[in-house]
Amino acid sequence: MERRFEKEIESLKTTLIKMGSVVEDNLSMAIQSLFEEKIELAKKIVDGDERINSLEIEIDNAVVDILALKQPVATDLRLILAVQKINNDLERIGDHAVNIAESAVELIRTPTNEPLLEIPRMADITKAMLRHALDSFILVDPQLARSVLERDDQIDKLNREMTKKVIGLIKSDARTVESGIDLIRISRNLERVADLTTNIAEEVIFLTQARVVKHHAEEKSKAPPN
Amino acid sequence: MTQNGLKIRTQSLSVFYGAKQAIKNVTLDIRVNDVTALIGPSGCGKSTYLRALNRMNDLIDNSRIEGKVMLDDVNIYDENVDVVELRKRVGMIFQKSNPFPKSIYDNVSYGPRINGTKNKSALDEIVERCLRHAALWDEVKDELHKSALALSGGQQQRLCIARALAVNPEVLLMDEPASALDPIATAKIEELIYQLKEYYTIVIVTHNMQQAARVSDLTAFFYLGQLIEYDETKKIFTMPKEKQTEEYITGRFG
Amino acid sequence: MKSKKNYTGALVVGITGLCAAAVVALVIIVMANIASEGAPKLTWEFLTGAPTEGMTSGGIFPAIMGTFLLVVIMSIAGVPIGTITAIYLSEYASSKSVLARLIRFAVNTLAGVPAIVFGLFGLGFFVQFVGRGLDSLFTGDVELRWGQPNILWASLTMALLTLPVVIVSVEEAIRTVPRELREASLALGATKWQTIRKVVIPNSFTGILTGGILAVSRGAGEVAPILFTGAAYFLPHLPSALSDQFMELGYHVYIMATQSPDVEATRGIQYATTLVLLLLTFALNFSAIFLRYRIRKRSVA
Repeated sequence: MERRFEKEIESLKTTLIKMGSVVEDNLSMAIQSLFEEKIELAKKIVDGDERINSLEIEIDNAVVDILALKQPVATDLRLILAVQKINNDLERIGDHAVNIAESAVELIRTPTNEPLLEIPRMADITKAMLRHALDSFILVDPQLARSVLERDDQIDKLNREMTKKVIGLIKSDARTVESGIDLIRISRNLERVADLTTNIAEEVIFLTQARVVKHHAEEKSKAPPN
Repeated sequence: MTQNGLKIRTQSLSVFYGAKQAIKNVTLDIRVNDVTALIGPSGCGKSTYLRALNRMNDLIDNSRIEGKVMLDDVNIYDENVDVVELRKRVGMIFQKSNPFPKSIYDNVSYGPRINGTKNKSALDEIVERCLRHAALWDEVKDELHKSALALSGGQQQRLCIARALAVNPEVLLMDEPASALDPIATAKIEELIYQLKEYYTIVIVTHNMQQAARVSDLTAFFYLGQLIEYDETKKIFTMPKEKQTEEYITGRFG
Repeated sequence: MKSKKNYTGALVVGITGLCAAAVVALVIIVMANIASEGAPKLTWEFLTGAPTEGMTSGGIFPAIMGTFLLVVIMSIAGVPIGTITAIYLSEYASSKSVLARLIRFAVNTLAGVPAIVFGLFGLGFFVQFVGRGLDSLFTGDVELRWGQPNILWASLTMALLTLPVVIVSVEEAIRTVPRELREASLALGATKWQTIRKVVIPNSFTGILTGGILAVSRGAGEVAPILFTGAAYFLPHLPSALSDQFMELGYHVYIMATQSPDVEATRGIQYATTLVLLLLTFALNFSAIFLRYRIRKRSVA
């Protein structure tokens, strides 16, 4: 007999995963709006962000209800806490996606043919990190989560390079200052998104960590006393 | 919030035992097909209130009430109300399970039998239906003629629930039904309550706040015979309006 | 100090043990005396035959039969009334009601009345008042049928004597039925009487039985109430109607030991009759104890 409580937790996880996919979509669309120069995309992103915000509230309320009314313990409790934190992280990623889209709109308005420098590469890596972080939650895969952590340094490095290159660009041609600022903004937002995805990965590791430790402890207790 | 009708409404209800006033002027509406929990410290009157709903307080010599208890728009304390019929509509489960020292079958069929049902196949059907409803059928279907006292505590309590269901009540009053049970038996009872509320209106007294939080849709907090706060369980446990409620729930009481 | 406490403790144990032992010893001496003198006479013929030759030989079957009939009629008369009274007292009467207190007072007083007073009451009320009244009603004062001692009046007198025993035992038994069972029944929509019939009485049945047995055992032993109300020393036939007199074991021993023509000759028979009476009483008391034991076991489970 599946208990009502288990159904509620499943429902909560489902909502979070749904939110994750909306955020992913929004981030993709924000990045796409850089390359394809379509203003209608930007509007879709704003609508998507409203959806993200309302899902965040829905998950918040559900978490409070479960904590107050169901008194979860052990794995259930760690799961609820992880869901709460991932919820926050996702919402902020959504915000950053909106920022990227806004900067993209600005970039499109000021017609320059400046290259996007490292942005495409950063975008690819960041999108992959988000995908893998969410997958690691769905699949409960700590190794996948760890691989996300490893890529954060790359993004940091790329962000620093972006800043350097843009400064160089501005020094060589003062008219590029506005688009340069937009580029730096986009780069920073991508770097923040990457940070947030590493948070998500850490939550997944926390969620699974205790089980791993417990597993070792069980193995130790099964060993015959010498 | 669904618009459920109101099954029981107490209006300015006061209950006295001789000179002592156990319930002070309580106005409370019980929603149909929902679970309402009554919480509060020992001696706050929640059990007295519960027993006023099926006039079990009448059994106590010097008890009297003021105010009204309306069951579907009829005051159950009216002179021409048949208490015996009332108790068939409003059943009660007690804190310590009290099966009769008879067989499982005879326990469940007790109610229908005293109401005149004699036909064996009708009784068989009732017994099976109620034991299924009480999530006990699978465990006892081959041993219906075993003594009820041979069952475990949790099973006995579910048997008492089946027995109460056999008279087709509309309301089930439960006075701390799981307080004498271990956690697993308690969880079974709680799950059962959730299933039962589809067909019955349930009012449950519990001194275990977490149980009230898990099981009920509405919660009423009693203190010293008065109703302090009554609201949806979610609200009571996340943002209670009254300071006393907050203090009780967070365990900062006295 | 430790040694002083032990010393006092041992002393107490010693004294109480001695007293208990003395009591047991007394009982054993009395029993042994009766058994040794009476057992030789206990033969099948003794138990089934009638007395002969002025009670100096023969058997005591009529006395056994008389005792048996007395006890049966007494139970039929007394146990139902006592049970119903006990049910009223414990289930219906509120503890404060005047009637309940009156009844309890009456029961307690009855319990303390000496047996001989019952005998005199039986004579005056049953035999002379009711009996003569019945005679004048049915036969117009021509026949003296009911207006004299017989087994009916003796049984009724005895029923009165044992009524308190029955009431107290049954009340005690009813009280051991837990309140929760009554509440369960009432909460299912049973009336009070249905609850009594289907829950209280079945669960206190052993107690009711105990009450009956105790009453019977008392009745088999008391002699004073039947002295004037129906017992006779020698009857040629067994009682065949309620208006007949009867022989009885206790009465038999009394008369034999004090008023028979040849007391010495019947000594052996006296002891044997006493032994029979004792064995009967013991058997009844032990079955009451056994039943009580079973009640206690069940209420603990």
